[in-house]
Amino acid sequence: MRSRAAEGARRSASGAGSGREEEEEEEEAVMAAGHGPRICEGECAVLKRGDVFKAVAVLRRRKIIFEKQWFYLDNAIGHVYGTTFEVTSGGNLQPRREVEETTTETKEAGTDNRNIVDDGKSQKLTHDDIKALKDKGIKGQEIVQQLIKNSTTFRDKTEFAQDKYIKKKKKKYDAVITIVKPSTRILSTMYYAREPGKINHLRYDTLAQMLTLGNIRAGNKMIVMETCAGLVVGAVMERMGGYGSIIQMYPGGGPVRAATSCFGFPKHFFSNLHEFPLSKVDSLLSGMFSTEMLPSEFEDNALVEEESNGLADEKQTSVQETEEESITATAMEVNQTEEQEKMDINAEDIEFKDNKEKDNKENVREKQRKQWERRKKLIEAAALLTEKNADGLIVASKFHPTPLLLSLLEFVAPSRPFVVYCQYKEPLLECYTKLRERGGVINLKLSETWLRNYQVLPDRSHPKLTMSGGGGYLLSGITVVLDKGKSDSSNLEALKMEEPSSKRCKCMCSAGLAQLWLLSA
Amino acid sequence: MSFIEYGDTIKDGDTAIVFLGHESMFPVKVQHGTVTQTKYGVIRHSMDLIGKKYGSKVTCSKGGWVFILHPTPELWTMNLPHRTQILYSTDISIITMMLELKPGSIVCESGTGSGSLSHALIRTVAPTGHLYTVEFHQQRAEKAREEFREHGVEHLVTVTNQDVCKNGFGVSNIADAVFLDIPSPWEAIGHAKAALKAEGGRICSFSPCIEQVQRTCLAMEEYGFTEINTLEILLRVYNECESAYLLRFRYESCKVMRLPAWLITESVFPWSRVQLHRGLLAALGSTASYSVLASANHFGYTEVK
Repeated sequence: MRSRAAEGARRSASGAGSGREEEEEEEEAVMAAGHGPRICEGECAVLKRGDVFKAVAVLRRRKIIFEKQWFYLDNAIGHVYGTTFEVTSGGNLQPRREVEETTTETKEAGTDNRNIVDDGKSQKLTHDDIKALKDKGIKGQEIVQQLIKNSTTFRDKTEFAQDKYIKKKKKKYDAVITIVKPSTRILSTMYYAREPGKINHLRYDTLAQMLTLGNIRAGNKMIVMETCAGLVVGAVMERMGGYGSIIQMYPGGGPVRAATSCFGFPKHFFSNLHEFPLSKVDSLLSGMFSTEMLPSEFEDNALVEEESNGLADEKQTSVQETEEESITATAMEVNQTEEQEKMDINAEDIEFKDNKEKDNKENVREKQRKQWERRKKLIEAAALLTEKNADGLIVASKFHPTPLLLSLLEFVAPSRPFVVYCQYKEPLLECYTKLRERGGVINLKLSETWLRNYQVLPDRSHPKLTMSGGGGYLLSGITVVLDKGKSDSSNLEALKMEEPSSKRCKCMCSAGLAQLWLLSA
Repeated sequence: MSFIEYGDTIKDGDTAIVFLGHESMFPVKVQHGTVTQTKYGVIRHSMDLIGKKYGSKVTCSKGGWVFILHPTPELWTMNLPHRTQILYSTDISIITMMLELKPGSIVCESGTGSGSLSHALIRTVAPTGHLYTVEFHQQRAEKAREEFREHGVEHLVTVTNQDVCKNGFGVSNIADAVFLDIPSPWEAIGHAKAALKAEGGRICSFSPCIEQVQRTCLAMEEYGFTEINTLEILLRVYNECESAYLLRFRYESCKVMRLPAWLITESVFPWSRVQLHRGLLAALGSTASYSVLASANHFGYTEVK
């Protein structure tokens, strides 16, 4: 790895363009079968520093702000994912060499902190001194060494405290960035840390449970209803590997897939990704579905709805376009998805104006063609749904799950798992009751997972952080053949009695989507 | 039927799951002419099972009924015959996500044990991936091979009967991920590294004891793994739902029978049932007022750099 990093440093100095081919040849010679994927322009990559992640589009001459540092990604293009870089003074990235840990000859250390007084004066270097060092271009490693030298209390600290001090200073001054390939693990961790509101506080371990409980695998026909910026759809797509099909149900004018584009799936994955509006589900179930209502009404609604974020077929190109119109340099780090959504709405506004201005026949024909495409896709999705043989259902949205489940379960074949996520427990309790009344489901389970990570160091192992309650709840179950007669729950006494017939009617009607209640403000 | 693909109707030779009620189910091998005894009566395979749709209700001879379900790795985990302590779906989920497994992945696993995790891994890497699993106990290895064959997944898995700490996984430089669930994982880290692909492979080791975790983390560092993380995941199941549902029916029944509502004496609090499994969290004793299925599992996952 060291030799490759050195190579990389030399190559990048001579320019990323020509260096790439030579580098690749060498890489191929050196590495065994299955060399790692490379950072390509136009893809989405994730920057990582310690535990902080940020997804960015890899574009040349685009300034990136990440962890209080500004740089360009140009030199990173062509390197293998997982390479660690450091930011040079010019704002360029350079692959980092592996440096030997400088071991001090005699590790002078104290035994405890009884005599260490925290008066804030133990560091002799001032803020200006450190700034001067940084401006001189001195590497982070060196700065840390200087800080240690100029600390009066360093040698009185215990060995563990010294380690902790060095780690802390390194974290601050030794700025290294790793570029990693996006995956469910990375994107779900990133979203939970940066934008939990966008994903309804779905913690990554809860997402992991959903994928397994739902038996998500290649070849399934999944129905997914989510308002998690497309993260859940992306995770399902990753686990299906392009095989099978997914029908995403969406509220409003169009599905939001900001996160899905971050995964970097190949194009053919999207040919099996369908979408269907929730507003049409009732008509589909009652058999009165038609595409008559679609035309301009649908398109206009799509521009106005704050939820819609571009349509499926324009998704890929719109991501590229919107990245071009970057936001001005603000001090705060702006999340890439926020940018995308803001930009998409702007792009749509521009599109709208353009359509008005260039009102000639070409455009009208184009519009009609697109509408026809959309209608065709809608009919396809409707056909897939009406077969009523979906292999599973995943729901993860901000809406109350009960009406969603009661209607969407109709499309699922018997003996298939379904999983519902909700940020809160109470709606799921209600859902449970309604499902039992409906029948046709067994093995209902309401669960929550707690996550705890540990620091494991010799003589210093202890738990770090316990995450509980904030990761959401899951209701899972298995469908069975729906018995239109009596309730098909367990053979308990209490449940053998007949329910009053009026209640049963009310139950069926409540499956209407008129009762979509928004939970979060 | 197969564990990697759904089928619609029950066929001769299938493995199906018989569901009797809340947390009561068992697997059954469907065969012409055989019968299965349940507490609700007899199920005759030829008449009641073969040709029926999965998810159907089957009435048994005594009048009660059961549901016949299509097998999935999760149902299998809850119902398989234990030959060793197994991994449950909670841990399996987080392992699958942290190792970034998906169709096409190559995974190495040791020890196979009762095949709980193996079935889940095969399901995830199908149809283009492969699982290389190593088990040092000869009978268990043989039983695992037999089960994979019965479940229609033998083309996706290779069971090797050897000691992973001495002889490794039998493959080199191809695995995307390695999983270890053995008494001394630090002895197998070197072999794991050899099996993993040159760059970007991930490893996970699962141990109940913190001392094992410590030694394994040290070994991982020595062999050049980076980003070593140790996680523990616990599942908490809420049983209040059941009580809430029953309570509502009792209330409704009181209304119908015109009895005063104060006759409902059952209060809505869940059963206290604590299952300590892989028991590190002995402190979470039976004083808990909620059901806790404590899956106390430490595992470090790392990347090869």
